[in-house]
Amino acid sequence: MSTAGTTSARYSWGGDEHLFVEMDEAMSLEAYFRSMAVVTALRERRPEGVIDICPANASYQVRFDPDVLAPDRLEALLREIEAQVGDATDFEFETRIVEIPVLYGDPWTHETLMRFRDRHQDPEATDLEYAARINGFDDVQGFIDAHSGAPWMASMVGFVAGLPFLYQMVSRDRQLEVPKYVRPRTDTPALTIGHGGCFGCIYSVRGAGGYQMFGITPTPIYDPRQELPDFKDFVCFFEPGDIVKFEPIDRERYDELRGEVEQGRISIRRKPVTFNLKQFTANPDAYNKRLLEILNSD
Amino acid sequence: MPTTNDCWRYSIPIKVIKPGLATSVQDLGRRGYYHVGVPPSGALDQFSLLAANLLVGNSSDAAALECAYMGPELHFTESTVVAATGADIELQINGQAQPAWTSVVVAPGDVVTFGYLKRGARMCLAVAGGIDVPEVLGSRSTYTLGALGGHEGRVLQAGDELAIGPVRGKVATRTVPLALRPDLPSELEIRVVMGLYDHLLTDLGRQTFLATSWTLTPVADRVGFRYKGAQLDMVEREQPFGAGSDPSNIVDAPYPIGSIQIPGAVEPIVLHRDAVSGGGYAMIATVISADMDAIAQSAPGSTTRFVAVDLYAALAARAERAERISRLRGHFG
Repeated sequence: MSTAGTTSARYSWGGDEHLFVEMDEAMSLEAYFRSMAVVTALRERRPEGVIDICPANASYQVRFDPDVLAPDRLEALLREIEAQVGDATDFEFETRIVEIPVLYGDPWTHETLMRFRDRHQDPEATDLEYAARINGFDDVQGFIDAHSGAPWMASMVGFVAGLPFLYQMVSRDRQLEVPKYVRPRTDTPALTIGHGGCFGCIYSVRGAGGYQMFGITPTPIYDPRQELPDFKDFVCFFEPGDIVKFEPIDRERYDELRGEVEQGRISIRRKPVTFNLKQFTANPDAYNKRLLEILNSD
Repeated sequence: MPTTNDCWRYSIPIKVIKPGLATSVQDLGRRGYYHVGVPPSGALDQFSLLAANLLVGNSSDAAALECAYMGPELHFTESTVVAATGADIELQINGQAQPAWTSVVVAPGDVVTFGYLKRGARMCLAVAGGIDVPEVLGSRSTYTLGALGGHEGRVLQAGDELAIGPVRGKVATRTVPLALRPDLPSELEIRVVMGLYDHLLTDLGRQTFLATSWTLTPVADRVGFRYKGAQLDMVEREQPFGAGSDPSNIVDAPYPIGSIQIPGAVEPIVLHRDAVSGGGYAMIATVISADMDAIAQSAPGSTTRFVAVDLYAALAARAERAERISRLRGHFG
């Protein structure tokens, strides 16, 4: 595949059942929005033969059945939509802002990180201490304030079922960046708040992982048995495009919320919002403040 | 699940005495949920699943058992018909060898076991009526990483009990002709479409990838197949923002089913039907859909050469596979 002269996206076939489109090599909200805008238009026009439409951070992928939808036709359609979308600065979409309570420096991720210290860049420090230091904070609290201060966008959901990749909605110079573990761990507690590169995440299930571990949330985000009220309609809580606010909590509140989980009545706090990139870019801090006001209004 | 007539459900026709190494309930798989990380799942060797279902008179979307490397021991309490396809491994009833790729009658009290694996990696055991577990997101397939679908979202364990769906009509004894059964070579040629992030390989890296005879490691399961054989030379570049520091890192992107990623530019991994749906390792090629069954049947220690083909060759191979499937269906009328 060659890249077209008129557009900046790069198209490449993933075998005979996938078309992969990279909007940009680097992560930015602008690249993410162009990807979301194309995906949104494609969903509306969804031709027969499209199996899965997967938006990601700065790219997207369409899984299709080439017996029903000819590859050339799919590519032509995606290029047409891309041209219509342009730089997507006018794009806005209906989404929701959700509050995820976090017990930072919790005993479970602490126990896990101590077990895998030999795989870490800085075996003498915890993941939080390391992340605070290399991002130029005086102490862990300063890092937690930055991590929980501004909201994040779920720019991709996946790896395993329901796991959100989160990109913080701040300018690039304020992005928190940490490398992944030198060698991946074989274990990560479910509901760990992780971070690798510029992306945060919430591990939806227990398993292997390479992201630094900062804390844990008491609220499930994936429920394959669909027992909790938030999962009546679907097993995964997160959808690409969700906006997330981390809310620091103490151990007492954590235990209280776990009690609600066990009683089967916990529900993640969320409010519907419209997200507009142009307004956000004009003044991110003011825009984020408004989003948080909506979240906290009753 | 509709349960208008439950009388056949009161009996539990299959009891798992020994589970085997990794036995799970699988059907054709699910579609439409990959964007939230739920992969297609389903039998890795879809041709063998289809053949097994046809042999016992099931519709092609019935669920069967997929067994990796070492088969289970199953106790049947009802008379039924079974068929084993896929890997070359002897199906036995009460210790007596049974023909492969052939429907076989099981009587109440019979014990089904398997011999040693001779060739291939995964067999498929279909039972007339299909394995009856609830459909989750449109499929009965097990997705173990997400504890979803199949029998309680996991591989089978000793003591599990499996129900069978209703059987429509009498099942005649049938067999799949030798000519329609797959080869199970220990030296494979797997066709791939280069692309995705293959521009991060140097010319030398690309040549090495296609010239190396890769050995499949024991890290080969429903998620992915990891190979060893060579270090791949990568382009030196300034890493884009958000990608991570290793030259094989990219800004986390979606992973096609069958895509080949190269963490650390060594030990390529082919993702299969329980794929992780995305991540930050560069992918350099994708196995064509027609060769995914052959990947499923490759066993640790087997060697694979990846052969680059273009999209049109991939589509031609896909059409050939469809033709083979229609001959299989035609054989069963």
